[in-house]
Amino acid sequence: MLDSKCPSGDIKNRWSDHKTNLKLVNPANKRKHTIIVVGTGLAGASAAASLGELGYNVLNFCFQDSARRAHSIAAQGGINAAKNYKNDGDSIYRLFYDTVKGGDYRARESNVYRLAELSVNIIDQSVATGVPFAREYGGYLDNRSFGGAQVSRTFYARGQTGQQLLLGAYSSLMRQVNEGTVKMYERYEMLDLVMVNGYARGIIARNLVTGAIEKFAGDAVVLGTGGYGNVYFLSTNAMGSNVTAAWRAHKRGAYFGNPCYVQIHPTCIPVSGEHQSKLTLMSESLRNDGRVWVPKKAGDKRHPSQIPENERDYYLEERYPSFGNLVPRDVASRAAKKVCDEGRGVGASGLAVYLDFGAAINRLGKEKIKEKYGNLFDMYEEITNENPYELPMRIYPAVHYTMGGLWVDYNLMSNVPGLFVLGEANFSDHGANRLGASALMQGLADGYFVIPYTMGGYIGGTKLEKVDTNHPAFEEAVKSVKDGITKLLNNGGTKSVDYYHKKLGKIMWDYVGMSRNEEGLKKAIAEIKELREDYHKNVRVLGEGEEVNQSLEKAGRVADFLELGELMARDALNRRESCGGHFREESQTEDNEAKRDDENFSYVAAWEFKGLDSEPVMHKEELAFEYVHPSQRSYK
Amino acid sequence: MNFTLRVWRQKNGNDSGKFVTYQIQNISADTSFLEMLDILNEELIAKGEEPVAFDHDCREGICGSCSLYINGRPHGPKQLVTTCQTYMRSFGEGETITIEPWRAKPFKVLKDLIVDRSALDRIIQAGGYISVNSGSAPEANSIAIPKPIAEASMDAAACIGCGACVAACKNASAMLFVAAKVSHLGLLPQGQPEAKERVVSMIAQMDAEGFGSCTNTYACEAECPKGISVTNIARLNREFISANLFS
Repeated sequence: MLDSKCPSGDIKNRWSDHKTNLKLVNPANKRKHTIIVVGTGLAGASAAASLGELGYNVLNFCFQDSARRAHSIAAQGGINAAKNYKNDGDSIYRLFYDTVKGGDYRARESNVYRLAELSVNIIDQSVATGVPFAREYGGYLDNRSFGGAQVSRTFYARGQTGQQLLLGAYSSLMRQVNEGTVKMYERYEMLDLVMVNGYARGIIARNLVTGAIEKFAGDAVVLGTGGYGNVYFLSTNAMGSNVTAAWRAHKRGAYFGNPCYVQIHPTCIPVSGEHQSKLTLMSESLRNDGRVWVPKKAGDKRHPSQIPENERDYYLEERYPSFGNLVPRDVASRAAKKVCDEGRGVGASGLAVYLDFGAAINRLGKEKIKEKYGNLFDMYEEITNENPYELPMRIYPAVHYTMGGLWVDYNLMSNVPGLFVLGEANFSDHGANRLGASALMQGLADGYFVIPYTMGGYIGGTKLEKVDTNHPAFEEAVKSVKDGITKLLNNGGTKSVDYYHKKLGKIMWDYVGMSRNEEGLKKAIAEIKELREDYHKNVRVLGEGEEVNQSLEKAGRVADFLELGELMARDALNRRESCGGHFREESQTEDNEAKRDDENFSYVAAWEFKGLDSEPVMHKEELAFEYVHPSQRSYK
Repeated sequence: MNFTLRVWRQKNGNDSGKFVTYQIQNISADTSFLEMLDILNEELIAKGEEPVAFDHDCREGICGSCSLYINGRPHGPKQLVTTCQTYMRSFGEGETITIEPWRAKPFKVLKDLIVDRSALDRIIQAGGYISVNSGSAPEANSIAIPKPIAEASMDAAACIGCGACVAACKNASAMLFVAAKVSHLGLLPQGQPEAKERVVSMIAQMDAEGFGSCTNTYACEAECPKGISVTNIARLNREFISANLFS
């Protein structure tokens, strides 16, 4: 049984009590401690900047050419905070409650409460760093609504909230680089975690320009390396988003928590053809004013303007009158799949539903809509060549976010001492489904406000032996990385990396996607194994190891996805219940809603790697709900 | 659709590089420009030739990774879009398309179409921030910011740091990039205390990196995929002059 190290007592005081009890590190001693931070998204950048401000010696890595490019930048809609500026009944408790319920009672209460508590500090911090949030005419901050909540608590900067928050964290990071507390390593990719006597003490990274395999030692390693949605090939993630850092840490002993929890976002631009390399999200904020519908009759191919009101099925408003178009993402996605499966999907492929702004434009005028969503409408038109002011948008669900990730305790430390995991890369706060505008909140809470304290607790409370890169563990890790690279480059196969990535993506989408069953999951496990073996025999990676080689970078990442995919299917097979984004066909209510099995599955499944030829071992963390009592989730 | 591609190939920073011509066929008009390059790369790999290297990541026009001169224009033929958001329907059937990396002295070519833009990060390090430590911020609504000011700041903050302004400029000046940051922060009350120091340090770093001077041709504004206005440069100049006069 895993120990989450959550404090006890009144949930309102847990974080402040815990902070008081954490050990401290003398300011003069902090610079003697090197902290390695991998990733420069909201979690990584805010962590590296905050640890640098405290005086630690921070080394920060990213595979992109600049820290400002991490995929947090693409988040559009907003960030939640329990400020209650709208006077509409919001509170820390309500944000906590909504998040636990939204996660379908599969998140850890203590973590979620802390997240809700810190949400208000994030807004203060971000405004202070210069984030130009939307304001009302009086000059005060504006809010909008997001799915799964009946209050308006989402702060936003047009449709570019992630960009502005990331640039805020990035600017704080650049300030620390200037101060000399943080050293940046751009175009570096972490390829292994170095363990010394059971502690995480360093990483091996490849310099993506020279190809050099380099060693870095430290007193702790922090991963803020994002999610693994690209295992599906097509997702809304950036092309470079990958699981490699987390997966290689997993292979060195870190447990992987709830890998089957994947968020399929309901409002993405549908797939247009075989050439497609990625999918584009249309922000959930659009559901504030857009109405989702399909024709009532199956096979109705009329132009949308030719379908009269009484022949349209506004199925979300119909089925979920109290939340309407703003039901949580998992619910909206499954509902879209259901109407398309019934043959009522629209567009050439039949795999799309309408998101219609006609009524909102009539009510508010085109200018108002343009002010609110202009850049999203432009982006839609650019991609589809259709004008959404005149025609309803066509949308379909797509892989967007992964709630699963490396298992961490309340201190955000994995089961490996000295290895911390923040943001999307960990499993912690969203349970089986994440509510909109909560990912930005978690990334920044972890980086700005949690890790600065818990890192002190770890460094101050642990006797760390002196370790440098001459330790044999570094040599062993370098050798293992180099062997892997040499093998890929000399494989002499015939098929490209993308060929395999697409095949893997199809298996994952068909069997480990929006709807899962025992037979399909077993099939997926067998097919992924087969594909993985074929990959290592027949993949072709051209070019050399000692220079920029994007095929080689991709080859390593896809090799890891081919291992992770199998674990996701195993986790989904083990969880014989439906919860949040994980829908097992065997476990549904009479009206096809997800049916949880709290008696048997109210736990976190944390998987231990035992080698590719052995089955992974599952460790359980039982979930206790002292405040928000699990019930059948209803948005009706 | 069918195209003839003239692509800049350069093995590494020390290689002199050259154009190589490729034919590409049966491309759907709905293919994005980078997806077209993906297809070319798959064909090259099948023939045993090394694929073309280019920077890209989000493919949603926001991360600023993608670059490319396409027929001599940064980010291709369409206004206000990045290369990744350019679709093949913007080109004519049978067209010859010339693809090059950004050409600017401070942006060294690393391989094929990839350049080193780290100079832009160093300009931000010189002062493109507000000095506030985590945890020391006041309540967010304690500072009211008039909506037009917040909107103008946001307009400038929309810069994605791609470097198109530098690539478009005959002097390889980074003025629009610097001006966007100076305006974004300088317009906000939070950014005021360091405004003078910021503009002076960032300009000094820009010069040290080897970027040229601004001679007001406005090519930067014309090619900026985010529509950052040259009025920001005017604001920068005012701030720079007043910082030097009263320092």
